[in-house]
Amino acid sequence: MPTAAQLANVVISGTLTGTVYGLMALGLSAIFGVIRLVNFAHGELMTLAMYAAVVAFQGLALDPFLTMVVAAALFAGLGYLLQRAFINRFVHRPEHMQMLLMIGLSIIIANLLLIGFGPDARSVQTSYQLDSFELGPILVDKVRVYAAGAAVVATAALAAFFRFTLTGKAIRACADNPLGARVAGLPVAHLYAVTFGIGAASVAVAGCATVSLIDVTPTLGPSYTLLAFVIVIVGGLGSMVGALLGGLLIGISEALAGVLIAPSAKSMVSFGLLIVVLLARPRGLMGGAQR
Amino acid sequence: MNNDASKGFITRRTFGAAVGTLALSAAARAKADTAKAKLKIGVLLPRSGLQALIGQSCQKGADIAPDLIRQRLGVEIEIMNADTESNVDTARSRAERLIGEGAHVLVGAFDSGHTAAVAQVAEQHGVPHIVNIAAAPQITEQGYKFVFRNFPPAPEIGRNGLVLLKDIFAEAKVAPKSAVFMHVNDTFGQSMAKGVAALLPTLSMPFKLLDTIAYDPAAKDLTVEVSKAKATSAELLLLVCRLNDAVVLRREMVKQRWNPMGVVSPGSPGLYEEQFAKALGKHAQYCITNTVWFNPKNGITQAFAAAFKKQFAKDDLSYHGINATYTFDAILTAADAFKRARSTDPKALAEAIRQTNIAATDRVSFGGPIKFNAKGQVEGNRSVVLQNLGGKPTVVLPKDLAQAQLAFPAPKIG
Repeated sequence: MPTAAQLANVVISGTLTGTVYGLMALGLSAIFGVIRLVNFAHGELMTLAMYAAVVAFQGLALDPFLTMVVAAALFAGLGYLLQRAFINRFVHRPEHMQMLLMIGLSIIIANLLLIGFGPDARSVQTSYQLDSFELGPILVDKVRVYAAGAAVVATAALAAFFRFTLTGKAIRACADNPLGARVAGLPVAHLYAVTFGIGAASVAVAGCATVSLIDVTPTLGPSYTLLAFVIVIVGGLGSMVGALLGGLLIGISEALAGVLIAPSAKSMVSFGLLIVVLLARPRGLMGGAQR
Repeated sequence: MNNDASKGFITRRTFGAAVGTLALSAAARAKADTAKAKLKIGVLLPRSGLQALIGQSCQKGADIAPDLIRQRLGVEIEIMNADTESNVDTARSRAERLIGEGAHVLVGAFDSGHTAAVAQVAEQHGVPHIVNIAAAPQITEQGYKFVFRNFPPAPEIGRNGLVLLKDIFAEAKVAPKSAVFMHVNDTFGQSMAKGVAALLPTLSMPFKLLDTIAYDPAAKDLTVEVSKAKATSAELLLLVCRLNDAVVLRREMVKQRWNPMGVVSPGSPGLYEEQFAKALGKHAQYCITNTVWFNPKNGITQAFAAAFKKQFAKDDLSYHGINATYTFDAILTAADAFKRARSTDPKALAEAIRQTNIAATDRVSFGGPIKFNAKGQVEGNRSVVLQNLGGKPTVVLPKDLAQAQLAFPAPKIG
């Protein structure tokens, strides 16, 4: 049987990891919730952000947690442009066409990264990368604490944006009733682009937060896309709170499964959870009624 | 003038002379053709994807092969490269394509799962397949007639690796009382795990195995696994890993401040790779792998090392010691068979490979002669104790090949 300290260690680690997962999935959920588009290039955007952090670290000695501010702004711009230039044209097309567009985009990003950086794993090596906070018998990974902190701040900022700003309220209006929003004169195409920009920015923050924990390779994207899907489906597609909850749930359940069942059962548990949620509550834990 | 001939008849003597001339010219042409002919070797490696770094490391051995083999054996070979993308299905389809494009022999494919898929294709088409690196025992246990392997199967690697543990303890004059075994749960890892589980009780080790922990080779987070291993308070970590997971695992050990007497792999990739040293810096130090290696004393190894240095000036052979040399030896085996068979016919080549007898001193990798048993398996490949010292993998045992003194228990890294 695991000791209390061991359990506490892995639960804390799972919670911190789950918070970053949640932020990553938040972008996917926001984009789907408003634009009704499933972003199959989500993991590749995160990989791109991780490479941006590596380049900034190697070229400018910039800490990834500082890079994330710049990366969020750049990715917001990139997301906005992508939506306005390409994706907007597909918003009202059949879902399979949207899917092909986004998969195409993901392949292009992955291959450009492969051409630019080669297949080698890249990492940043900060001075605190291998440090831990010691709380009695519990050791908490310093980078995970910083990453989760950044995720919490980014999530709070997003929540405040959607709740208190005029643009945020307009985006929510678009999400609730696109036709009504259009009738009311809201610039829907612009708001969709802002939403995609927000989704890309949040995934950029998650990427910069993760790069100190995981080495990045051009082929990392699909696993993150899949993870984000599992999280948002568990949490509820389109629900921001659900994405966070899903992230935490996956993070903690994987950690506990690793200790209580077997480490190799971690993925089995997260996918098991997905199946249970799909059977018991197809809309996800926090998912609203179908539009 | 002979009357019969003048009438257009062919005499027995004329006929015999004509047949003799034709036979002689055919033989001469065949000899000339063999001299001119090229053996097309399809080399399947994971050049991209999860195992890209290792695949590219193997590739260096293939790149050196044509020139060095021409110099030593006087035969021409052509390398046909194929990328398995670290994926079993791709490995299978690339093998099919290579055969379709005229490959006479297949070499590869580093990963046991990929290699098993390539072996199936080779057997179906009756094209010889020489495994460069892949340790799953079943590859040469299927009764295949066209599959050959000069690489020890997992139980043999495990046995050699575990036996060398005793040499480490004897050399260090200290032994751990307990150990925890962690392994990747892919085809290779599971084969190794079975081997270790079967062999450990028979080897009278000084330590007790406290736990066995399997983990996903693609895992990005090994917090739980390391936490579980640390909780056993084992004095030794026995590890069967790949490269990326080895980096993640070692980092996690540092974060969780777990410092066992040693991290020892009984024969897996990962700990001796260049990327491992690059990614971990000082924390890569003192990790040990008991593994197959090359024999630096052989003349062919020295020629190989010189060719390697010339072709890859920026690379250090120490980081490619297994991948490049075993890939080269697989190609060497194919070329040697081609030289003897004087044919690119798959059946003739397979028969010649079966009769291979390359002396221990004429191979680059470390072991006895390359001779295939009835199953197509070479026996007698040997392992060394390789420890990361001074930033690169260094042979510390056996004594006659040692480049430096063993450091065990691993000194604390500040």
